[in-house]
Amino acid sequence: MKLPAVLTVSQLNTYIKLLLDGDAHLSNVYVAGELSNFKEHSSGHCYFTLKDENATLKAVMFRSAAQKIRFKPENGLRVITRGRVSVYERDGQYQLYVDDMQPDGIGALNLAFEQLKQKLNAEGLFAPERKKPVPKFPQRVGVVTSPTGAALRDIVNVITRRFPAAQIVLCPVQVQGEQAAGQIAGAIRRFNKGAFADVLIVGRGGGSIEDLWAFNEEIVARAVAVSEIPVISAVGHETDYTICDFAADLRAPTPSAAAELAVPSRIQQKEYLKNISVRCSEAVRGKILLQRQIIKHLSDSPALSSPLAALDAHRQRLDGLSAQLTVFTQDSVRSKRSCFMPLLGKLDALSPLRVLARGYAIATRGGKALLDSKQVSPGSEVELKLSKGTLTCLVENVID
Amino acid sequence: MKKQTYEDAIKRIEEIVSALEDGSKPLEETLKLFEEGSKLVAFCNSALDKAEQKLIELSDLEQEAEQQDAT
Repeated sequence: MKLPAVLTVSQLNTYIKLLLDGDAHLSNVYVAGELSNFKEHSSGHCYFTLKDENATLKAVMFRSAAQKIRFKPENGLRVITRGRVSVYERDGQYQLYVDDMQPDGIGALNLAFEQLKQKLNAEGLFAPERKKPVPKFPQRVGVVTSPTGAALRDIVNVITRRFPAAQIVLCPVQVQGEQAAGQIAGAIRRFNKGAFADVLIVGRGGGSIEDLWAFNEEIVARAVAVSEIPVISAVGHETDYTICDFAADLRAPTPSAAAELAVPSRIQQKEYLKNISVRCSEAVRGKILLQRQIIKHLSDSPALSSPLAALDAHRQRLDGLSAQLTVFTQDSVRSKRSCFMPLLGKLDALSPLRVLARGYAIATRGGKALLDSKQVSPGSEVELKLSKGTLTCLVENVID
Repeated sequence: MKKQTYEDAIKRIEEIVSALEDGSKPLEETLKLFEEGSKLVAFCNSALDKAEQKLIELSDLEQEAEQQDAT
């Protein structure tokens, strides 16, 4: 090309642009550097600077490419970019037009995972206080998983074997791909809306981090966190941890383990009920036995077994008193008698009958005893009372 | 409400066993509690024996609920 002697600025810029655009190397380069001055415009286009210790490079990433980034670009982040070098003619700046950007070192997905985990943790979504206890005896177990995967089969098998009384309610979803996160979050919301389950198992079988990615999406994490129905998260294998696991009320290492956590063991419950019944029976038997013992003890007491025994004491007392009475009476009579006898003797001595027995007679006339001979005249009738018998006499003579 | 009743039943059974093993209740009440406990145990056993085993879909439940709401 023939250069004119004096160029305009535009001409020079255009020339340089064509030069750069024509270079094969520069049309697809990988550049590693640190992000700085990162700005996302409302248009969705991102403008930033890539730098290393010695130099900087202006860069731009248009919306179509920027949308595809899984992580959040931040200043200071080390990245690997893929793009082309060209010139923005208007300001004569050459810059890197970035088509793809990856975090340098740990991978975009890992970084996204860490960023979201930090963000939600800071919001308190993973706090232990938020975790709800899983119900002991769920009537309905809700399951959010692929209808064709092994996870569902495992869950159904375990619940059927372990606790057939529970009903399983499935909301089939995609567990990977673009639609998955939205469907999973939607399923959790639907279960909550109608309270169609007592506990939810949310999960899928094993896979790569990309396969499990839906369970790291913010929309799923939030749906799990606000779910009023307790959520058991069962994503992938033992060693896989997803954001869903952190947000859930309980994490299970596998879908089978989740089913075991969700329902009790019917056999164990029956065993428990049997033991409880035995304990009740034993307690009642013990109580009855105790009562019988009490009754026996009472009935053995003398008050009940020989109630008349109380009378014995009284009887004895009565006898004693009676004996005493007899003795006192006898003594009393004896003493009276001993007083009485001498008096009787005296009385007897003074008795006129005694006098009569000595040979005296009592002369009476007209029933009255005669003391003076002048009381009668000769020829009167006088009665003579002798010791034995009575005489009727005629007075012959009266002598002074 | 069956779920609540099973859990409530278990809770009540525990209470009854405690009371019975405590031994302090009078005989008549003991026998009443025992009868209540036996009934609850029978209820729990029959609840466990039910095999609800159908795998049903959430969409069916949602439809059912909608129909019920409509009436």
